[in-house]
Amino acid sequence: MKNGKFWSWVMFALGVVYFLGPLLATLQFSLSIRRDGYSLDAYRNVFVSPAFQTSFIYSLLIGVATIVVGLLIVVPAAYFVRLRAPQLRPIIEFVTLLPLIIPPIILVFGYIRLYSSTSILPLTTTNVGTNFLLILAYVALALPYMYRAVDTGLRTIDVQTLTEAANILGANTLTILLQVIFPNILVAVLSGAFLTLAIVVGEFTIASLLNVQVFGVYMQNIGANRAFEPAALAVISFVITWGAMGMIQLLARFAPKTARI
Amino acid sequence: MAQATGQEFLRIENLVKSFGTNTVVKGANLAFNRGEFISLLGPSGCGKTTILRMIAGFERPTSGSILVEGKDITPLQPNQRQVGMVFQAYALFPNMNVEDNVAFGLKIAGMPVEQRRARVEEMLKLIGLAGFGKRFPFEMSGGQQQRVALARALAPKPRMLLLDEPLSALDAKIRVSLRQEIRSIQRDLGITTVFVTHDQEEALSISDRIVVMSAGNVEQFGTPFEVYNRPSTKFVATFVGTLNTLHGKIVSAADRSVSVEGQVFKVADLPGGAADNSSLSLTMRPEAVSLGAPNGQDIVLSGKVKEVSFLGSVIRLRVDLGDNSVSLDTFNDTSTPPPALDEKVTVSLYSSDIMILPN
Repeated sequence: MKNGKFWSWVMFALGVVYFLGPLLATLQFSLSIRRDGYSLDAYRNVFVSPAFQTSFIYSLLIGVATIVVGLLIVVPAAYFVRLRAPQLRPIIEFVTLLPLIIPPIILVFGYIRLYSSTSILPLTTTNVGTNFLLILAYVALALPYMYRAVDTGLRTIDVQTLTEAANILGANTLTILLQVIFPNILVAVLSGAFLTLAIVVGEFTIASLLNVQVFGVYMQNIGANRAFEPAALAVISFVITWGAMGMIQLLARFAPKTARI
Repeated sequence: MAQATGQEFLRIENLVKSFGTNTVVKGANLAFNRGEFISLLGPSGCGKTTILRMIAGFERPTSGSILVEGKDITPLQPNQRQVGMVFQAYALFPNMNVEDNVAFGLKIAGMPVEQRRARVEEMLKLIGLAGFGKRFPFEMSGGQQQRVALARALAPKPRMLLLDEPLSALDAKIRVSLRQEIRSIQRDLGITTVFVTHDQEEALSISDRIVVMSAGNVEQFGTPFEVYNRPSTKFVATFVGTLNTLHGKIVSAADRSVSVEGQVFKVADLPGGAADNSSLSLTMRPEAVSLGAPNGQDIVLSGKVKEVSFLGSVIRLRVDLGDNSVSLDTFNDTSTPPPALDEKVTVSLYSSDIMILPN
């Protein structure tokens, strides 16, 4: 028993070194811009850069738009599948997994082919169109995470009985979705939203090939030209991702209160 | 206190519901009066919940119609039917406190805030939960949650109340007290109520009339007294209450004498076309059989005590008459101990209490 515990700790320690080692090395490197000691200059350089501010805010806005569009599609779809067509669930689950199977590079070439200047819907020819296309592409990319989060939330409540209870009290479908279903899966929805945000903020392939200056593209450019700033950016993006994950954990604490029936 | 008026309120005509090739309701025809408390009673899968769900509008009938006050409501959506419903699983909205749950239907109907607040308070008083308004469903017991569900269903003043096994998830004691409470509230409000249950005691104790169902068919529709004492089919007799069945032979059809384990007696009636020496089944309730010498009863049988169950105020005995056995109940008399096992006893009954039922 004792021997088993020892090896468990050894494996745990190896895991910690494997995952945290590169991160600590990156952090240490990002602080070593001055020869005479550690400083936050690399971070200051990043934060004062107008390109950083523009691309980061742009990515955040695209992320929020992706979440809104994604929720408008996923929540009603998952609700109706669970309520009216449970036999379609395996098919829908398979469809939502497709973005994980098809690499983003294939997706983006498909989009360019379908929506370039020669197509009947030339979205890539205007900024608005490209942004719209980017949001839809990110919705597809985040679909596996968003659908699963929402579906897990729906699993914690008795969707059919709650729907029927609200319906017989006079509520129509929109009211039921907004006042009964959505508030009860809010924690799950927010989990999906934060995962989506983490994916969108770090995405590079699709944005780069659509020629949009998002945060991922900015990071790649900086990485090609600077030494310490890319390390600082890597740490910043880790903090953003972990912050999103932390929010999910924090929100999960509130789940029992609203999910129990 | 409002009473059932005898005026027809709800009519179900030739109602059929099929799921694929499986027909779960096979042409039900029923009429309920205003203010009546009707129970749909039957085993699982008999179609009682499907009828309730069709009245609510959650299921579309395959054919037939449902009329309320003479108007066909079959094509209406559930939210257009002005019906209140209480579900087995409470179905309170977990994100709302008690007040908001009760006010939900009122809010949907567009009732002004002040009136809504007053109505919620009135409802909470009615169910004995005044002061519980700010609690969330998960902070309440099952019985309390079900009372809130009742208040929520009644708040918008529906014209009919549907109860889908609302007591099934509760423990025995609360079940009894809540069913009395539901009945008393229903009587006070005079609201026509349809109650689905598989518990015959529940149905017998609170209903004005009972619809007994089996395999999609209505077996009997009558008062608890009629259903229990004059069951129209063997299924009703066995499902509602306990039933003794004695297998015997007709000795002489002409003078209605039958023999059970060699003991010959006369019965009040025989099925049409009964022939001498043909076999028949005689059924009777345990309470129709008395222990000991006859006290006016015209049938006396002798046997051996094979089982003694002490049920508190009542003692249930099983007396073997050979291959047949009969159960009977005697009151627990503190001065007279129950008979011992294998003790020879006589049992007596009135021939008029014997039921010869069609299958």
